[in-house]
Amino acid sequence: MTPIRHVAGTAIPFGRKNVDTDVIIPAHWLKTITRTGLGRGAFETIRAEPGNIFDDPAYTGAQILIAGDNFGCGSSREHAAWALLDMGITCVLAPSFSDIFSGNAFKNGILTVCLPQDAIDRLMEVAKDHPIDIDLETQTVTTPFQDRFTFDIDPFRKACLLDGLDEVGLTLARDAAIRKHEAKISADLPFLAQAG
Amino acid sequence: MASTAKTLYEKIWNAHVVERRDDGTCLIWIDRHLVHEVTSPQAFEALRVAGRKVRRPDLTLAVPDHNLPTTARRDSAGLRIPIADPESAQQLAALERNAPEFGIRLIGDADAEQGIVHVVGPEQGFSLPGATIVCGDSHTACHGGLGALAFGIGTSEVEHVLATQTLLLKQSKTMEVRVEGDLGPGVTAKDVVLYICGVLGASGGTGYVIEYTGSAIRGLSVEGRLTVSNMAIEHGARAGLIAPDDKTIAYVEGRPYAPKGADWDKAVAWWRSLATDAGARYDRVVIIDAADIQPTVTWGTSPEDTGAIGGVVPDPASFADPSKQEAAQKSLAYMGLTAGQKLSEVEVQNVFIGSCTNSRIEDMRAAAAVVKGRQKAANVRWAIVVPGSGLVKAQAEAEGLDKIFIAAGIEWREPGCSACLAMNPDKVPAGERCASTSNRNFVGRQGPGARTHLVSPAMAAAAAVTGKLTDVRELIG
Ligand code: SF4
Repeated sequence: MTPIRHVAGTAIPFGRKNVDTDVIIPAHWLKTITRTGLGRGAFETIRAEPGNIFDDPAYTGAQILIAGDNFGCGSSREHAAWALLDMGITCVLAPSFSDIFSGNAFKNGILTVCLPQDAIDRLMEVAKDHPIDIDLETQTVTTPFQDRFTFDIDPFRKACLLDGLDEVGLTLARDAAIRKHEAKISADLPFLAQAG
Repeated sequence: MASTAKTLYEKIWNAHVVERRDDGTCLIWIDRHLVHEVTSPQAFEALRVAGRKVRRPDLTLAVPDHNLPTTARRDSAGLRIPIADPESAQQLAALERNAPEFGIRLIGDADAEQGIVHVVGPEQGFSLPGATIVCGDSHTACHGGLGALAFGIGTSEVEHVLATQTLLLKQSKTMEVRVEGDLGPGVTAKDVVLYICGVLGASGGTGYVIEYTGSAIRGLSVEGRLTVSNMAIEHGARAGLIAPDDKTIAYVEGRPYAPKGADWDKAVAWWRSLATDAGARYDRVVIIDAADIQPTVTWGTSPEDTGAIGGVVPDPASFADPSKQEAAQKSLAYMGLTAGQKLSEVEVQNVFIGSCTNSRIEDMRAAAAVVKGRQKAANVRWAIVVPGSGLVKAQAEAEGLDKIFIAAGIEWREPGCSACLAMNPDKVPAGERCASTSNRNFVGRQGPGARTHLVSPAMAAAAAVTGKLTDVRELIG
């Protein structure tokens, strides 16, 4: 996974509340076989609206999404995180996120930042024509106008994101313990240690 | 004094802990991993992108099932008949590419052993008592009928298991559901588990692993136990478990992947030691009298919406919980039923006998016994029997069961998930009803607008010949 230290630049001031994963990526995109390519289906229903924010040239190439309360609610589909990543989003700011979505986002190296509603409102305003700056190391969000908001993050998640460590990578680092267990079941429960 | 008496769940769990973290999360060793075409493509893709390998391809088995059509797969020249839906075809092709690339055995669509993963695992002896078994599918709980700790996982976890053969998990609470007494005539394993769904509700098992115990459970065949455990997830449980006993051991012995020789003796000794110790404590105990269980049907859009076939559609106002009242009202509107209507007067246009809940040989036999000498009712538009695997199909054909169904006007199909979920061509049309031996009656599960009534194979067969939900006891005398 790509490490995240610092994300700076254009942010999409989306702001809608209760955006469920079906809005992020509609169900008919679930029959795919890759994680990549889902960006085309991201926010499909919103993108069907003329003049929608996602197709506004002012925000092309944005890595940051500013969202509303309860972002990512609804079905547990991991495709929602894949779709955001594929459209280039690596950081989402919102007053709150659904637990499952923020877990899935984390597993895929997306930073989710929770800030109070008034901070989000201010960032929405700034993002209309100015960049936003998120620093994970210091846990701060800043703007060119001296705004400075700090956020909380689970220390384990922070460390993983900073180093680009995914759960698989972390478990692979426990190889010695896994090998030990493997040797133990080979001795004690050989019929489970091998199939057939 | 801390008790050393342990439950079946605790014994299996303890044997599989690789490491325990400070926060209580454990790294758990996985003995068997079943892979199908729907939840695996992105997991394999992630391995490829990261340059990772499958740690134990020998403990992994790939079987396509969800997307496969249940009509012929090869033409008379032995060539593959193309799959019409391009996305289904693409998922199937991905599995056929990924399995060999990562060194995993694939039981392909034309192999005699192909079938629904949860039928194939036990049938091949790949799933064993006491093993930890995962699959990217929520009905993995099925294998708990053998006394395996088996549960469904998501795509990220599929990737984790492929790469590490382990999973990060927190230990679940334990619940005992004890069913004591004798089951009446016409009452099957499916009726037992539907009844339990009604008692516990769709989320009553959330956070628990359920062990089904009691004389009625012990009295079930291993296939019946697989049916019960299959639906543990429908009461919200992480997994279901039934202690392995002589029947389990006899079932496993001699299967292709089953242990042999000295390993077999060791295995049997360990399996016999797994049963919950006297004095072990469960976090919750629910006791059910087997005599209370009647042939059961569902009337709503949650597996908890169950009733005895002799009963009526309930009045939503009769539920104490206001949110359940609202849910029941919505269910009845979707199902096109009215409160007070007799369940035995509900006409069905479709009958589906199959799915990982009820597609093993005993299910085929139970359905055929009811159908024998009868005809599909005129108002039943579509009735199909879909064996759970190629081996079940061959066995049923050797017993002449296929001829009984075909003579009655019921179709006999190739193995797969079929009409259990609307992912392949077998679908129930909007507004029509289906008496189905599957495990989910959710809105749209069998097709957009389809109305599902969950029943046992014998009850589904009865519905096929009478054209309505029917008390099978009236037909078997
Ligand atoms: S038969 Fe139904 S429940 Fe079972 S694995 Fe297939 S789709 Fe899932």
